[in-house]
Amino acid sequence: MAADPDGVAGAARLERAFREEWAAVVATLARRLGDLQAAEDAAAEAFAAASASWARDGVPPNPGGWLTVTAWRKAVDAHRAGGARSTSVDPQVLGEVAALGNGPGGAAGTVPAPDTAEADMTETLGDDRLGLIFACCHPALAVESRVALTLRFVAGLTTREIATALIVPETTLAQRLVRAKRKIRETGIRFTVPTSPAHLAERLRSVRTVVYLVFNEGFASSSGAALTRDDLCDEAIWLGRLLHRLMPGDAETAGLLALMLLHSSRRAARLAADGRPVPLAEQDRSAWNDALIAEGTAVLDEALALRSPGSYQMQAAIAALHAAAGSFEATDWPQIALLYGTLARLDPSPVIEVNRAVAVGMADGPLAGLAVLTPVLASGALSDYGPLHAAHGFLLDKAGDSERARGAWARAAEAAGNEAVRDELLRRHVDPL
Amino acid sequence: MKYALLIYSPTTADDYSATHEAARNAGDPTRGPWVDYTRAARDAGVLVAAEQLTHSETATSVRLRDGDHLVTDGPFMETKEHLLGFYLVDVDDLDTALDWARRMPGEGLTIEVRAALTGLPWQRILTE
Repeated sequence: MAADPDGVAGAARLERAFREEWAAVVATLARRLGDLQAAEDAAAEAFAAASASWARDGVPPNPGGWLTVTAWRKAVDAHRAGGARSTSVDPQVLGEVAALGNGPGGAAGTVPAPDTAEADMTETLGDDRLGLIFACCHPALAVESRVALTLRFVAGLTTREIATALIVPETTLAQRLVRAKRKIRETGIRFTVPTSPAHLAERLRSVRTVVYLVFNEGFASSSGAALTRDDLCDEAIWLGRLLHRLMPGDAETAGLLALMLLHSSRRAARLAADGRPVPLAEQDRSAWNDALIAEGTAVLDEALALRSPGSYQMQAAIAALHAAAGSFEATDWPQIALLYGTLARLDPSPVIEVNRAVAVGMADGPLAGLAVLTPVLASGALSDYGPLHAAHGFLLDKAGDSERARGAWARAAEAAGNEAVRDELLRRHVDPL
Repeated sequence: MKYALLIYSPTTADDYSATHEAARNAGDPTRGPWVDYTRAARDAGVLVAAEQLTHSETATSVRLRDGDHLVTDGPFMETKEHLLGFYLVDVDDLDTALDWARRMPGEGLTIEVRAALTGLPWQRILTE
């Protein structure tokens, strides 16, 4: 990779541009046809036609428009050829398709002269992308289907790439996509942005959840195939940027992007050269990515200026305080403890209390932190949650109770799902050599 | 699109029986949450059909096996939740159908929303 950095970056840019173009064509077709499978098939044909025609005649002035119109005509052809097989598509849309088929315009491959329906298609792209995101993240779909659909049709990854990234067999993932596409088509999930504010709020929550799930899938368990996992973080950030660009007035969407950027800025420092995870307190802060920190902080400021607080913005604000600190000790812990308090009110969860306990422990001393943690431990709700026991061990160590601390660390290691994390916890706190 | 809003409830046959007896003898038959709900669906022009069923305890099942018809007492499947009725609505999309499901007044019910298929040969008979 170091041998030809420009070539690799150039190829990556080209690949991204290709995927974006593909996703845009699918978005427009899906909205008009109400069917992802038909849209996907038509897009595939249009790209095949492009590779033949562009090599011969050169790239047209508006490649995106060319692809969209060509795909649309492929869909018309498929409908004519398939006849009754396409009955799942909205009859009204079929009427439009039939009318369009009788209108002007030549075979795909010549430069199309768009008629009104086709011109309309190239103008509503922002809405189409957004509509597709809302369909892929519809709460009526299982969460794993939402993730797969979003990576496939919004981010434009191939089935194989998604299967590798999510560590599931390719056939499983393909099946999941087939079923999800069928549910969208047969149950009337529309490729549109909800119009009522209540619907929009609920559906946007689901979209953000999916994007953050993709991010965490890459971020939280960066063991094993580290590279592909990093890719997932990049996809999530790309999705976050797209969503933020399409809905700039939504504070939580901006908050989510800021949060992912700020978390991501620490990626290089999270793992030691031998792959061992490095805790925040010991990370080499010079390895944090300043550009991502600057961008994340700027997006967070935009979000906060909208004066519509939410949990992603609070989490991003906490991450920003970490990013701004010269060292673990010099971090603004009182402020972080306050933010966790706000977060706990917005979105109460014992996981947040665990984090608040550490912040309070750093701000006001380990006994104050342990006082926050005690009810969480007593409730037993998180007894299998590693970070709870790690926080307990950390605070007990600080309080000088190393005997009980070792027991807590052992439980943390036991609960760790990630092997690298477990080994590291045991090595450091339980059986130091 | 047509959607069936299938109403499931964990109620026992005895409780269910008492409830619909009480509903039948209610003082004012023009009022009540289900009356209001049904009126709202009708006035919105989305209501195609609606039925309330006897408890699944009273069901009789006919099983077709190897050309034979076996009649048995009881539902097809013993479940904790019983299918007690349905509304059939005709609306634009799943979101609108889910809204009508959300508006149902019964506490503790589960509403299963199922889209109806279209364009099948047997369905032509209905409109002949």
